[in-house]
Amino acid sequence: MTALDNAQPDTLSHYLCIGCPMGCRLEVETEPDHPSQIVEVRGFSCRRGEQYAHQEHTEPRRMVTTTVKIDRGIWARVPVKTLEPIPKGQVKDLCIALRQVCLTAPVERGAVVLADALGTGVDVVTSRSMAAATFDNVAGSAVR
Amino acid sequence: MIMTQQRPLEDQYDVIVVGGGPAGMSAALGAKEAGADRILIVDREKEPGGILLQCIHPGFGLQQFKAELTGPEYAQRVHEQVQAADIQIATDTYVLDITPAKQVQLMSGSEGMKLIQTKAAILAMGARERTRGAIRTPGRRPAGVLTAGLAQKFVNLMGVLPGHRAVILGSGDIGLIMARRLTLEGVEVAGVFEIMPYANGLNRNIVQCLQDFEIPLHLQTTVVDIQGRDRLKRVTVAPVDNHFQPDLSRSWDIDCDTLLLSIGLIPENELSRQLNIRIDPITNGPVVDSRMETSRDGIFVCGNVVHIHDLVDFVSAEASLTGRNAGLYVTGQLPPPDNIRLVPGENVGYCVPQTISSDRDHTVYLRSRQPIENCTLRLGDVYEKKLRYVFPAEMINLSVKPRFLQKFHGDSLKIDLLPP
Ligand SMILES: Cc1cc2nc3c(=O)[nH]c(=O)nc-3n(C[C@H](O)[C@H](O)[C@H](O)COP(=O)(O)OP(=O)(O)OC[C@H]3O[C@@H](n4cnc5c(N)ncnc54)[C@H](O)[C@@H]3O)c2cc1C
Ligand code: SF4
Repeated sequence: MTALDNAQPDTLSHYLCIGCPMGCRLEVETEPDHPSQIVEVRGFSCRRGEQYAHQEHTEPRRMVTTTVKIDRGIWARVPVKTLEPIPKGQVKDLCIALRQVCLTAPVERGAVVLADALGTGVDVVTSRSMAAATFDNVAGSAVR
Repeated sequence: MIMTQQRPLEDQYDVIVVGGGPAGMSAALGAKEAGADRILIVDREKEPGGILLQCIHPGFGLQQFKAELTGPEYAQRVHEQVQAADIQIATDTYVLDITPAKQVQLMSGSEGMKLIQTKAAILAMGARERTRGAIRTPGRRPAGVLTAGLAQKFVNLMGVLPGHRAVILGSGDIGLIMARRLTLEGVEVAGVFEIMPYANGLNRNIVQCLQDFEIPLHLQTTVVDIQGRDRLKRVTVAPVDNHFQPDLSRSWDIDCDTLLLSIGLIPENELSRQLNIRIDPITNGPVVDSRMETSRDGIFVCGNVVHIHDLVDFVSAEASLTGRNAGLYVTGQLPPPDNIRLVPGENVGYCVPQTISSDRDHTVYLRSRQPIENCTLRLGDVYEKKLRYVFPAEMINLSVKPRFLQKFHGDSLKIDLLPP
């Protein structure tokens, strides 16, 4: 451990508030040895910041948007999204799992691509419809 | 978007819209609402939607649709409204020129060259990204140096990764979004470098695109050299002083095969220039009055072609105003010209529109030159409001009501953003 680490007791965590462009620096103080027990939140300028610090500290979640392969579509990929945010720690794994998926055009917006993704209870769905390619709209064709 | 056979082009239209992005589509809907009948949207791509089609992340539509949508969802919803209104769209069609007599020269994938007469035209060509030339980055010219938006198209639409290890120059939202996008696709992102002392993107993107993946953000730092013969091998970065001069004695090298540039957008105004429309040197877009008409009679504009918007919701709002006025122009009901000029004052980079009228409501968009906390926005001596925080990357919108101007008899109003 460096001197700097010692100066920052592990009962303190820091977050940048995303509630508005002010970007308040939030500080969460927790019980020694109980990182999930919040003693105090500091640094916010409004209630939104305080709530955000609680949420980020105890249970951070993220919406995931990525793409999956699609055969015979007008593009080579179709965008997908989680219907709800999932735990932050599972974001990368979900993207890796989705690399195995391949759809076939045409698809409709909102089609379930992966149900109950990684056991989170959240479905992954397509975020657009995509037509099948024809001679006139084949993927990547700028010039015909 | 399920494709249907394209309708053949007619010889005459009431309104031709150049560009089928969110701006063009919302403008066409506005023109229809205001009574224009024969409307044509032209886009060079194979489907409408513009840049939104590649912006697969959420954050769009909170104002227009009261829901947090991804770019493709937003585009599809607007496209569905256009289809429901039975407005014609010609994709795969490039507008080459518009004459002052409003003849539109276009090149259609299915019909070849065509000259079409229109009563009014709406320019909605969007913006393009600044490239390496715009910032004169020194060094060699190997492959692997590209704009962040192009990389976004490669990854999200074409399924092609630009490289294995990337450095991102510029901390605008597109760069931040691409840092996360590449990471999730297995590309290593070595860092984001920003010449300014503050990040240009939203805090949400700083947290969710960089901090979540422990990607470092280096402020007041820039790329000073680009190395590699055929393919990019390495970049050199260095901190800069307050005059943006790099301190080469503190530079360091980063091995990478990809350099993404996220250094801003420029309105795409070739057609406007060909028409000799007056361009504002600050916005790089046409000078517009509050009806969104340019210096040329019957030529209207909206979206990123006018000035760079950070939220597509504002693009749609502005574009439907443009469309309505183009529709009113065609039916001979366009409101009279403006009588008050707006002058960007203290800390105001620009404002759009550049003129207003004392007899109707307006939304004026403006940008600050620097971050200011507890700022006072002042419109001449007729109106004042407090803003908690203003910031160059976030557009400010000011609603101007006729009652502010009841006792005002001048012909110009200065807009200031004043520190406390
Ligand atoms: C790479 C990138 C990423 C962005 N990310 C975000 C984001 O995350 N969130 C956000 O809110 N905003 C984002 N923006 C801003 C976004 O551009 C605007 O919000 C909005 O999409 C602008 O709409 P527009 O219709 O003016 O332009 P565009 O969406 O660019 O549409 C212009 C259309 O005009 C067509 N066109 C141009 N010239 C011609 C011609 N001569 N003939 C025929 N067709 C033509 C083009 O093909 C295009 O389809 C991004 C912009 C870029 C460039
Ligand atoms: S705490 Fe409140 S004021 Fe500060 S950034 Fe968050 S939302 Fe904005």
